Amino acid sequence: MPTVHVKLKVNGKAVEGQCEPRTLLVHFIRENLGLTGTHIGCETTHCGACTIDLDGKSVKSCTMLAVQAEGSDVRTIEGMANADGTLGALQEGFRQMHGLQCGYCTPGMIVRAHRLLQEIPNPTEEEIRYGISGNLCRCTGYQNIVKSIQHAAAKLRGEEFKEAAE
Amino acid sequence: MIPGSFDYHRPKSVSEAVKLLRGSEGARILAGGHSLLPMMKLRVTEPSALVDLGGIAALRGIKKVGAVILIGAMTTQHEVLASALIGKNCPLLHEAAKQIADPQIRYAGTLGGNVANGDPGNDMPAVMLALDAAYHIAGTGKPRMVKARAFYKGTYETALKAGEIVTAIEVPATPKQAYAYEKLKRKIGDYATAAAAVVLTMKAGKIVTCSIALTNLGPTPLLADAAAKALVGRVPDEAAVTEAVAAARSIMDPANDTRGTPEYRVSVGGIYVARALKRAIARAGA
Repeated sequence: MPTVHVKLKVNGKAVEGQCEPRTLLVHFIRENLGLTGTHIGCETTHCGACTIDLDGKSVKSCTMLAVQAEGSDVRTIEGMANADGTLGALQEGFRQMHGLQCGYCTPGMIVRAHRLLQEIPNPTEEEIRYGISGNLCRCTGYQNIVKSIQHAAAKLRGEEFKEAAE
Repeated sequence: MIPGSFDYHRPKSVSEAVKLLRGSEGARILAGGHSLLPMMKLRVTEPSALVDLGGIAALRGIKKVGAVILIGAMTTQHEVLASALIGKNCPLLHEAAKQIADPQIRYAGTLGGNVANGDPGNDMPAVMLALDAAYHIAGTGKPRMVKARAFYKGTYETALKAGEIVTAIEVPATPKQAYAYEKLKRKIGDYATAAAAVVLTMKAGKIVTCSIALTNLGPTPLLADAAAKALVGRVPDEAAVTEAVAAARSIMDPANDTRGTPEYRVSVGGIYVARALKRAIARAGA
């Protein structure tokens, strides 16, 4: 089977690999690059567990070919911590506000929320829910995920997170 | 779920893309890929080659040219939503784009792919019928233009000939037109069970112009011409809307699928036509 050579940047590092044109980006990231933080959930573009950040867009990496990502700048869950290795604002938010139970959807949720907060630094609850509507969680009922993102948004704005009264 | 094998091409120009499409039997265009790749992963379709339009800069961009807004075919739904020019001149596009799939899919899915695929479940074709948009098409001969209203021939059958590519979508700039897109879907990310696009203008309480188009209520997107005509020149009271809904229902021919029986979809289809009309009428009065 003829293969193609793919070069891109992942979490700030130049990487490359050889794959078939039909190789999906999520498989390239997990298998060629060994970055298994990006999860495969439904494999049918519904669940968002495989979400990565690619050139400033949230992308379901099960629905993109690795060869389409040639030359792009990708960020995965492995690139979400602070430079000193401490938890990034979103990771900290999910930890503080119990934004995960089984954790399967979490990498996709955090990477998606990262892009959402880049675009809307102070989102309303409705904007958060609409913004993560391509990511499914079967544990939390989303309540604590919304709070986790609000927690991170506040921290990134340099404010203290105040939980809304229920 | 991995697609079958294929050759991958990433041309830099439209003419190169046309040449590649014509040179390989069974080649398919790859735009945003969010209709095609899922079908390839299921092996429902196994193209021999993919011609990726992602590297062609000429297929991107949104600009006003005279009385129309010209939108490059590879413009994503996300870029449509981010465009103030579209928001001002064709707000119906914003209202419809917001209801397509989910955020990740809107970053990838393109306007060109949505209108050219010929899937009656896509939302933008009905929007383009209502707005009387036109598609710019490139092939081996001279570039041509086809009205959206003449483009859809059947399910996955369009006026596109082998080797042709939709390069841009031309939408009349109508900042003063009232509009609404009402869509029933089972969940985020689903195609419409039924949806209706409406544009209209009013003067002194009466409807002056009106177009109504329907999504996923037939083998193609449908222009509900008689329904719109039933309203023109009239005060849009309950009786007039009811008459328009009945005319719209009479042309619906939805598939029997997991979204419901034809009877159910015709029933809710009419309800969504009424909702879209009422919201557009309210906007016209505002």
